[in-house]
Amino acid sequence: MKKISAFLFAMLLMAGVAQAQSIRIDGSTTVLPAMQKIVEAYMKANPGVNITVSGGGSGNGIKAIIDGTTDIAMSSREMKPKEFDAAKEKGRVVKPVEIAMDALAPIVNPANPVTSLTAEQLQGIYAGKIKNWKEVGGDDKEIVVISRDTSSGTYEAWQELIMKDQKVTPAALLQASSGAVLQVVSKNKYAIAYDGYAYVNNTVKALKVNGVQGGEKSVADKSYPVSRPLFIILPESASADAKKFVDFIMDPAKGQKIIAEVGYFPVKK
Amino acid sequence: MAINRKLKDDLIRYFFLVTAMISIIALGLIMVYLFLEGLPLFKTVTVSDFLFGRFWYPTADPGEFGIMPLIVASLAVTLLSSCIAIPLGVMTAVYLAEIAGPKTRSMFKPMVELLAALPSVVIGFFGMVVVAPFLQDNFDLATGLNMFNAALMLAFMSVPTICSVSEDAIYAVPRELKEASLALGATHWETIRRVVLPASLSGVSTAIILGMSRAIGETMVVLMVAGGAAMVPTSIFSAIRPMPSSIAAEMAEAPFRSDHYHALFAIGVVLFLFTLVFNIIASHIAEKHKQVGAATL
Repeated sequence: MKKISAFLFAMLLMAGVAQAQSIRIDGSTTVLPAMQKIVEAYMKANPGVNITVSGGGSGNGIKAIIDGTTDIAMSSREMKPKEFDAAKEKGRVVKPVEIAMDALAPIVNPANPVTSLTAEQLQGIYAGKIKNWKEVGGDDKEIVVISRDTSSGTYEAWQELIMKDQKVTPAALLQASSGAVLQVVSKNKYAIAYDGYAYVNNTVKALKVNGVQGGEKSVADKSYPVSRPLFIILPESASADAKKFVDFIMDPAKGQKIIAEVGYFPVKK
Repeated sequence: MAINRKLKDDLIRYFFLVTAMISIIALGLIMVYLFLEGLPLFKTVTVSDFLFGRFWYPTADPGEFGIMPLIVASLAVTLLSSCIAIPLGVMTAVYLAEIAGPKTRSMFKPMVELLAALPSVVIGFFGMVVVAPFLQDNFDLATGLNMFNAALMLAFMSVPTICSVSEDAIYAVPRELKEASLALGATHWETIRRVVLPASLSGVSTAIILGMSRAIGETMVVLMVAGGAAMVPTSIFSAIRPMPSSIAAEMAEAPFRSDHYHALFAIGVVLFLFTLVFNIIASHIAEKHKQVGAATL
């Protein structure tokens, strides 16, 4: 009896899945936390829709949209010309949509007197050329450079926005998570690190970059240099369901509000 | 009846054979997989560039895959933690087995064994929030996340293993050996030093190697407190990046079957070979100093 009912239940489930509208989303792990919240809210508002989200990294997401193995890709960087070409070759037209802005903050211990650094100074510190706080207006103490591990998206963004063609010094202390970075900086007076704005709390101090404090306004008008847009990418031939979902993301009262709650900066108000 | 007994005997034997085969095959497959995923790296990087390269930039373009600093870091931190853990572990074992009364022993032994059950993430957290700031303030260091901190935490983890296994070995030394020694007029201390310790050397060295294997393979602690700088350490207060912490920190986000992914598996292969060498040395020592009877001393 038990077996039969389990079987029936499984059949029902399968029938349910077949009927439900289903959307697959893959890509950037930076966008992932916001996307998960948005999907939760969307599925609550539209019970018939089934959305699966997975984070395989921006590159993998874009590749999946080009190959047609996902419906929507998340990306924390712009698509490269090479990728547009690859899509064209497969006869697909894809369209990136900017859904939010993300900003990285250089952070130090609250006891550190330094409050602002220029982008060049940050690059010098992370390349290992500036070794003492004295050189940038702080105490005569060695700078303890803290970085995320090389595989993290945050590291990639820092590399792209601050380091450019320079490499992070091998003497940098690598931390495996955003939480660990905060922990270390809050315990070490002479440490410097960087983290997504969403993670920064009052145990650390976010520095100004080029004299500009990171925030919704300075990120929106692009005067804060360590910020980047976050995208979703979908094919022009996307289903009506997918398009409806994108409208939900861009709705200032719905998706954009969730983006702000998660700690990114919305693009529509 | 006789056939029946033989059949039963055979069945039990085959049952154990199959169980043993399953675990050996599983281990073998893991090993094969490790090599299959690690070796493709050497299509792009030469073995000597990999082993002796000094820079680890796996995500740069083109990537650099030199793990020399990682190997040195692993060996250095294991050595340093052994210097702390071996004397502590073995001396505690001698105390528990030879000097402490039965009541103290029955109380302390389970306590030491319980220490071994502490999750490594808890020890790592302790090192991060308590020991690191302490070292930083008292030794005037730039950072408390360094080799010394990691070695302390690793020693903390391997002492229970070393102590518990050596204690069993020391406790198992035949009573007549000690009695004979004491009867010849040797003091308690002389007996421990000249009779008990040599007689239990095989077990004690197994204990030491087990503890060291734990230290070299331990991931969580080094990930949290070793600092993570991929540089060859210059002092015991240098921040280091041992092999397991690189694998743990980067595996989750390394694109599947990319060079970076293969490089992490190749580090796994190196780590595996190190542990293998440790174990071969251990079994060699254990074999050489095997205590067969009172006569071999």
